Amino acid sequence: MWRLVLRRLLVSVPLLWIVSVIVFVLESLIPGDVARGVLGVSATPAQIAALRRAAGLDQPLWRQYADWLGNALHGSLGRSLVDYSPVSAGLNQRLPVTLSLVIGATLAATLAGVVLGVLSSRGHPLIARLIDVLSIGGLAVPGFWLALILISVFSVRLGLLPATGYVAFGNSPSGWAQSLVLPVIALSMNGITAIAKLTREAMLDVLASEFIRNLRANGIPERSVVYRHALRSSAMRILTMSGLLFIGALGGSVVIEHVFGIPGLGSLAVSATTAKDIPVIQGVAIYFTLLVIVVNLLTDISYAWINPRVRGS
Amino acid sequence: MTTLLPAAALPGDVSRAGGPGATGRSQGAAGHARRLLRRPLGLVSIAYLLLLAVAAIAPGLLAPGDPQAPDFAHVASAPAPGHILGTDALGRDMYTRIVYGTAPELAGILIAIAVAAAVAVPCGLAASLSKRVDGVVSSAGDLVLSIPSMVVLLMVLAFSQSLNGAMAALGLLTAPGLMRVTRSAALPVAEEPYVAAAKVFGLGRVSIAVRHVLPRVTGPIVVNLALIAAHALIMAVGLNFLGLGLHPPAPSWGSLLSDGAAALDQQAWVIIPPGGVVALTVIALVLLGDAVRDVAAESWAPRHHTPRINSRGRRRDDRRRDAPGEQAPGMADALLAVRDLRVAFPAVDGGLTTVVQDVSFDIRRGEAVGLVGESGCGKTMTGLAVLGMLPAGARIVSGAIWVNGRDVTRLPDRERAALRGKTIAFVSQEPMVALDPLFTVGFQVAEAVRAHARVSRAAARQRAADLLALVRITDQQRVAKSYPHEISGGMAQRVAIALALAGDPEVLIADEPTTALDVSVQGEIIELLSALQAEKGLAVMLISHDWGVVSGLCARSVVMYAGQVVECARVADVLSEPLHPYTAGLLGADPHLAVPGELLRTIPGTVPPPWTWPQSCHFQDRCRYVQPDCRGQAIPLVPAGIERVSRCLHVEVLAGAEAAS
Repeated sequence: MWRLVLRRLLVSVPLLWIVSVIVFVLESLIPGDVARGVLGVSATPAQIAALRRAAGLDQPLWRQYADWLGNALHGSLGRSLVDYSPVSAGLNQRLPVTLSLVIGATLAATLAGVVLGVLSSRGHPLIARLIDVLSIGGLAVPGFWLALILISVFSVRLGLLPATGYVAFGNSPSGWAQSLVLPVIALSMNGITAIAKLTREAMLDVLASEFIRNLRANGIPERSVVYRHALRSSAMRILTMSGLLFIGALGGSVVIEHVFGIPGLGSLAVSATTAKDIPVIQGVAIYFTLLVIVVNLLTDISYAWINPRVRGS
Repeated sequence: MTTLLPAAALPGDVSRAGGPGATGRSQGAAGHARRLLRRPLGLVSIAYLLLLAVAAIAPGLLAPGDPQAPDFAHVASAPAPGHILGTDALGRDMYTRIVYGTAPELAGILIAIAVAAAVAVPCGLAASLSKRVDGVVSSAGDLVLSIPSMVVLLMVLAFSQSLNGAMAALGLLTAPGLMRVTRSAALPVAEEPYVAAAKVFGLGRVSIAVRHVLPRVTGPIVVNLALIAAHALIMAVGLNFLGLGLHPPAPSWGSLLSDGAAALDQQAWVIIPPGGVVALTVIALVLLGDAVRDVAAESWAPRHHTPRINSRGRRRDDRRRDAPGEQAPGMADALLAVRDLRVAFPAVDGGLTTVVQDVSFDIRRGEAVGLVGESGCGKTMTGLAVLGMLPAGARIVSGAIWVNGRDVTRLPDRERAALRGKTIAFVSQEPMVALDPLFTVGFQVAEAVRAHARVSRAAARQRAADLLALVRITDQQRVAKSYPHEISGGMAQRVAIALALAGDPEVLIADEPTTALDVSVQGEIIELLSALQAEKGLAVMLISHDWGVVSGLCARSVVMYAGQVVECARVADVLSEPLHPYTAGLLGADPHLAVPGELLRTIPGTVPPPWTWPQSCHFQDRCRYVQPDCRGQAIPLVPAGIERVSRCLHVEVLAGAEAAS
């Protein structure tokens, strides 16, 4: 199993490297001058030259990349072009916010999806129909539109939950939970149906397998056959999908954080994009990629936890 | 697309299924389009998407007004006369703005799917035709899939300020998924005989891919492109919503939503029309994809003999099953008595395909009986019927299964399930897949113990260890802690037997319990079953094709062929003098019984499929002794000696022939 983890880590290195190269290549394609873009049309040539020198923009691209990479390996992602604050500090401050949202959405989607999927694999025709309707709905209703509808119903009309803002868990756990309810629902809707469909499919596959027939034929109760044996066998596929959902939710969080005014990595990425604050965007890209790597690693470890064959190898 | 190749090169069962419309090959692309338009949902989706295209190209045709003109009398209003979809916060007509906002979103979709298709389809086709390309392209695809796409899009937007550039990047980032779809759809096509034939004719790979493979995989590609388009639309709207794409006052669906969000506390309606048009468009794309998939599936899938439930057949069947119960006939001391059992699947034509025909036999307490025959003769189906675990679709049409004097076919499901493990237990053919790979052996046996007796976990563990000892496993502690993949096939089969014995059953159904094992282990398992039969008075119903195994364990045998019992006799009598040509053939073909140095005589041909079984003798086409009368009538089982019956009109001829040879 440790070999598996090691291999996954070795694959992650080129992934991180490729993402960072893509960032730099895209940067070289920017039409016009980044420094002018940041400082605006009213900036004097001296101001622009100063920023270019300070940010290393006057160096050749390979040199800029080598500097950035060298600093990144030492844990520094540079400074924002806009307010000159260290990028990694800003990202670290926002990381828990985004994690709360994305982990919450992944968990919610997985739990609800597994319940719906298992019920529909047990032949509840109404639930199967509900999943079909939900899956078209989940696909057709963009998360940000759902977010707006939720705000208009639960915040504006009913006044039950806050429309915007985020409360840190440390300040008020209940406030934290309340501030996350609507964003998590909006972000998890797509995933619920994906998990439900996959769970249903995986359960039907496993329930048709030889060992399930053998357990049933020897009188193992149906409850145990379904919830202990079949569900555990389906868990690897479900967890794989959960990992993919997490990655999808990471992308979706960019828009959802904007709608709900949540100060996470996504809303930082949006404001940095508008301001052309390149070091910050690079930092967000690296953080997102790191999160993807961590999630893939956790998925692998969970395989080993579920399946003794993976554990042994 | 026209048919250039002979029918023999067509895929699958087409020649047997036959009939017009069984394949859509000759109907071509025009036929596809026509059938697509005949589907109401496909038609509506196409019409809607065409309307959007008009809105994008010539918005003035659909909305005569000016998208920027304010109406100060109606600001942020719900639908009103003159404004069918209401107005935005500046009093601009929502309908007009939605029509004018179509173009940027539609352009984004087109760019994304064009880029994705241009990259993914050639790569996918190449990967399906060349292993070397496959390795490179697939691993590159995996890498791209783990790049967080939203961030890349944001970077592209930061650097180019162009939504179209971001959409092109999105096309690149979604290409690996489409490439996988193309590759996996093209792989089976690439392996088909006519593609191989094209290679032999010296066609280049490119022309094979374009002329022979591409037309066959357009279905899945179009379906996936529809999903990519839906995804791209949501991304494009999302980016416009964030204000990163176009800039006001030019409308787009995304910017309309963003305007609506700002005015949400004044008027909730303002977010409905722009979001609704996005949702409708996504649904249209998905439904169009589904319709294309269905049409493609219709035209390529050969018609299988898929079982379909027929209500008429079921009703007729229910009436039969409601007939008043009869007494268990036959042997008075039978533990298990199967009487005139008939099992059938629904057939394509609405009738029934019988797979087990009027099978009767008895098993006494503590007796081992072998059900013998080739695969496809109905012996496993008979075993599953006794367990009450027929596969989906199959059902008992008539007959009875008496267990301890009760006809279990009349029991409700719950009581039937209660018999499993406790009265009737089961050991299957493949020990390596008979145990749950995710739980230890000891856990599974203990779980079976607790399924039948209310005992503590510790007591169940102890009993599980005892059961493992009972099946001659010496190292019970270690084996109990092992996972199924850590033990050998023979050991796994012992564990499976221990699990079956956990409920202290009276009869064990063993379905080819030694077939998957090494020859040296086969004997041990038979010995074990034989010992358990003697020690515990366990009755065994052994399903096998192997006379060596049957003679090692069973006193009596029931020979089945093509759904029928053809001979029923003591094993010793059968071995010395088979009284049915099929039994004789089976014995002659059994390597265990062969005389060294003599050529093994096999039975020519195979068991015919159930839907071709005649009314008369089922074995006639493979029989060495077939006479004209064998083909004319249904053959009854007739007594042919002490405690033996045979379903052959010419038992005497056979007895003479075997004696002479």
